[in-house]
Amino acid sequence: MEANLTSIVSAVSGESLELCYHCHKCTAGCPVVGAMEYGPDSILRMVALDQRDQVLRSRDIWLCAGCYTCATRCPNDIDIAAVMDALRQEAVAAGIPAGERDALLFHRLFLGVVKRLGRSHEAVMLGLFKVLSHVPIYRDMGAGLGLFLRGKVPILPERTRAAAEVRQLFERSH
Amino acid sequence: MEYSYYPGCSAHSTGLEFGLSTEATFRHLGLELKEIPDWNCCGASSAHSLNHQLALTLPARNLALAQQAERDLVIPCAACFSRVKGADHALRTDARKRAEIEAAVGFTYTGKLAIRPLLSVLYEDVGLGRIHDEIRRPLTGLKVVPYYGCLLVRPPQVTEFDDPNDPHVMPDLLRAAGAEVRPWSHATDCCGAGLSLSRSDVVFNLVGRLAERAREAGADALVSACPLCQMNLEMRQSGKEKLPAFYFTELLALAFGLPEAEKWWPKHLIDPRPLLRSLGLIGAVAPVRAAA
Repeated sequence: MEANLTSIVSAVSGESLELCYHCHKCTAGCPVVGAMEYGPDSILRMVALDQRDQVLRSRDIWLCAGCYTCATRCPNDIDIAAVMDALRQEAVAAGIPAGERDALLFHRLFLGVVKRLGRSHEAVMLGLFKVLSHVPIYRDMGAGLGLFLRGKVPILPERTRAAAEVRQLFERSH
Repeated sequence: MEYSYYPGCSAHSTGLEFGLSTEATFRHLGLELKEIPDWNCCGASSAHSLNHQLALTLPARNLALAQQAERDLVIPCAACFSRVKGADHALRTDARKRAEIEAAVGFTYTGKLAIRPLLSVLYEDVGLGRIHDEIRRPLTGLKVVPYYGCLLVRPPQVTEFDDPNDPHVMPDLLRAAGAEVRPWSHATDCCGAGLSLSRSDVVFNLVGRLAERAREAGADALVSACPLCQMNLEMRQSGKEKLPAFYFTELLALAFGLPEAEKWWPKHLIDPRPLLRSLGLIGAVAPVRAAA
């Protein structure tokens, strides 16, 4: 039998979701709740009710900006941002399409660059994101050009001996 | 005084002027920043979104490198600070995670390394008195609101720095430099961070609100302590009249009278020079030659 969502999330995040008594402080303080379908408090409840599909397909888990406002205010010390991270990872592991496709694409490209270079490299990452995302290609061209002209998007990546060791960390971290 | 230094990826790219002004300010104060050799990316928000193990091992490698030097580790970027301090917290409090991280990175955690944001070093090690004594060009007339963003102060049990609701360290430093700090309630609100590319609408909304509240508070500029916040503040304000945003280190350097400061203003997407000129804080442009 498949493990329920609560135990999966608890194992990954280390958080005790059953402590939630739904005071709604997380949702009241969430800066991105306006763009969400349910909001963090409802997501916690849905996890408890094992509404696996609805939770893992929701855009909410991808919209969480990781600001830790909820984690700071929760009277039961539940790190709800860590719960959102665990839900994202479960969604990816289960092969469920991300509710915010471009958010997942951004994270994948970012880590792909770090895996190869050991450090981030904006020019490559932004270029790939522009081509692969659903965001219209002309958007942010002005800002991107502005950054480039100010010397803030170096074309060549920094060479560092960190790269080989970082690749090992990717292989060892699951 | 010597510190280990983790500049983070943005100090050499999108946050160029943060890196430069950090180094100039510290040099001026006689504080030596020794860059950790061969440091790597902390993984930022992408690692913890997709791989909780990697979100610990990437920063832990830097921690392992810094630990050898037995100096406090200084980190300008709020996101890097949060990730490295978060890994330190896991190593300190969770024996199981500690064993896993140590095995993956190949080191033994000593728990003796202090990981600190710039603001903490300036406030606690240098002190307001010394900062005040160094001021050659007080920022008189510059009305600002301090903007910390999230990751310097949240979650507080990890960051162990300042007050997550009403932080005072940056405002105190700015006051010591002669700026007028306007009271507001949004110093630790979120700018939308990494959603900037995939959901710029959400970030425009959040940054727009910050700029509006800053104006209501009577500020002419925002002062940040995070390269990601700074990017969003400059890229995601809409409308014609945009509020300039500074890194606090740039304003300290300006107040110290450091000549390098003038090289940083053109790097901003929102040019802060008209504001600084109007207050007489930087020299006027060469006068336009009168028509013959």
